[in-house]
Amino acid sequence: MPPLAIRAFSATTALGRGVGAQAAALEARRGGLRRNDFGPAPLETWIGRVDGLEDAPLPDALAGWDCRNNRLAWLALQQDGLPAAVEALVARHGADRIALVVGTSTSSIGASEEGYARAQVDARGQPCFPPELQRPIVHTPHSLGDFLQHATGLRGPCVTVATACSSSAKVFAQAARLIGAGVVDAALVGGVDTLCGSVLFGFNALGLVSPEPCRPFDLARNGLSLGEAGGFALLERADEGDAGLQLRGYGESSDAHHMSAPHPEGLGASLAMRDALARAGIEAAQVGYLNLHGTSTPANDAIEARAVAGLFPDSLHAGSSKGWTGHTLGAAGIVESVFALIALRDGLLPGTLNSTTPDPDCGPQIRFDNARGDIAYAMNNSFGFGGNNCSLVFGRGAAA
Amino acid sequence: MSALSARIAGIGWWSDGLPDWAAARAFASTGALPADAPAKPAPTLLAPNERRRAPPSVLVALEVALAACGDAGIAPDALPSVFTSTHGDLGITDYMCATLAAAPAEVSPTKFHNSVHNAAAGYWTIGAGCMRTATAISAHRASFAEGLVEAMVQLATDADAVLLVGYDTCASGLLGTVTRSEGLLGAALVLTREGGGPRLSARFDDDEAAAGSGPLAAHAQGNAMAPMLPLFDALAAGAAAVALHAGPGRRLLLDIDHG
Repeated sequence: MPPLAIRAFSATTALGRGVGAQAAALEARRGGLRRNDFGPAPLETWIGRVDGLEDAPLPDALAGWDCRNNRLAWLALQQDGLPAAVEALVARHGADRIALVVGTSTSSIGASEEGYARAQVDARGQPCFPPELQRPIVHTPHSLGDFLQHATGLRGPCVTVATACSSSAKVFAQAARLIGAGVVDAALVGGVDTLCGSVLFGFNALGLVSPEPCRPFDLARNGLSLGEAGGFALLERADEGDAGLQLRGYGESSDAHHMSAPHPEGLGASLAMRDALARAGIEAAQVGYLNLHGTSTPANDAIEARAVAGLFPDSLHAGSSKGWTGHTLGAAGIVESVFALIALRDGLLPGTLNSTTPDPDCGPQIRFDNARGDIAYAMNNSFGFGGNNCSLVFGRGAAA
Repeated sequence: MSALSARIAGIGWWSDGLPDWAAARAFASTGALPADAPAKPAPTLLAPNERRRAPPSVLVALEVALAACGDAGIAPDALPSVFTSTHGDLGITDYMCATLAAAPAEVSPTKFHNSVHNAAAGYWTIGAGCMRTATAISAHRASFAEGLVEAMVQLATDADAVLLVGYDTCASGLLGTVTRSEGLLGAALVLTREGGGPRLSARFDDDEAAAGSGPLAAHAQGNAMAPMLPLFDALAAGAAAVALHAGPGRRLLLDIDHG
């Protein structure tokens, strides 16, 4: 594929607001997980919660979209010069030539949950939502995309991608296609997911939630820690001689196996990684850092480790950052792409937090310690329910 | 922008009272409803026990997807797919929210994994044995237009043929007091770069798309996926052009060459 320049990028997670906070916590190996304090009857688990959302309502003009998820979207959008970078792209191309493609798993379903929890009775004696939650837009998946469209003024195609935990990796692929087909010249991509009852109790019902901070790829791992996050990247067709960070490839596949369990041989994961490498036109050995999906569930990590060992040489530095942020679900794609971009930009290669004893399925690629190194390419894996897989390859213009 | 183009190689349809595209086309020209329409779709891609447990969104999506592949004569496992739905499965959202309010520890694990927006896409790829890419999107009233654009840009960049499926379910419970959607509606297109079938070209412009006024638009107007219906009325009537809602103040202009 033609390389796409990344004009700006940012993430806001339990580690803090913006790229600086992410890089500092990754480098210091300072995790963001805390004992679950979300909701009225918290499950025994650890979460990656973003501080301050409760006290950060949306500006008055956007109050119709107010909810936890859109608050996090707004907060994440204010970081790392994103508003100025969006403005510059609008000046260059026009608002109708910039797509908005954002991922989420549950969007603002937390607002719908609250409507049920605080249900009232209307004048006819029928149950109803409290008046302040009688806003249809926050009870539908496109709440996120619609909010951001109004918040940014962008007028190109506006889409919310919701393929569970691969959502905000797939936004890069969809945006690359829109730019490649000439529908637009640039795209704001990203993803936002917030903690809510659905995911905490839903993953708990599947037996996938750990009572302790998650330990990806550890022999004793016993489930995931959930988190919330938001992040964005601005993509534009790369200019000749552009030396900055770039999206170089994407790969997508389906497991065709099971709704909530990965393919036992990791076939879908391998397909997505191979597809991404092929589209980037590089060999597996050229990749210096791979941010793994690495959820810390027994099944995912063993299968992903074997798929990585089957594809990459021993020299690859691969790690899971879920121990820092928790599994941020529909935001994991963008957050972990930002971590891959940090690795490319700064040479900071994060290992895996909280883990001490590698599962025997781990090849030498799976690293627990951080490392430093000047790398040419970084990858990110994001896999979701329904067997939905996406891998991304990032590089630098100078490496071309 | 350069115009996007595609051939429509196959069409699938399901609505309450009109269980396939042949019935929908006949209704569009004569107003006749089949006497023996089944109450719900029963896609043969699912085993009977899975069919009993599957939510309506999955049933309708798989039904129309399989019909479109059959109409196109293309094996389902060969196609990348784009699933678009305004709300996903509204009955499952109602179940999740009601259960979380009453007894959160009792959430059903199956209902939870069926609550993801890409549930229909997931069941489709599993049932069809398809390892190609599948996506699931929403864009509120522009959901179908944006799905169509994603399918057409896949043809322009990555794929020779692609499956597009649009569907929405009926709102129920407390959620139904704020979210309006009636009945069950789904339609699917198999789009190809080359070959036979009506030739579609698409471009955006700045205007509001008119609300559908054709027989299919009137028949299923209460469903959240109704903004797709002007295209299906145009296909049934052999119309040369149609516009779909594509976001606030934006529409997708479609020219259709029926050949």
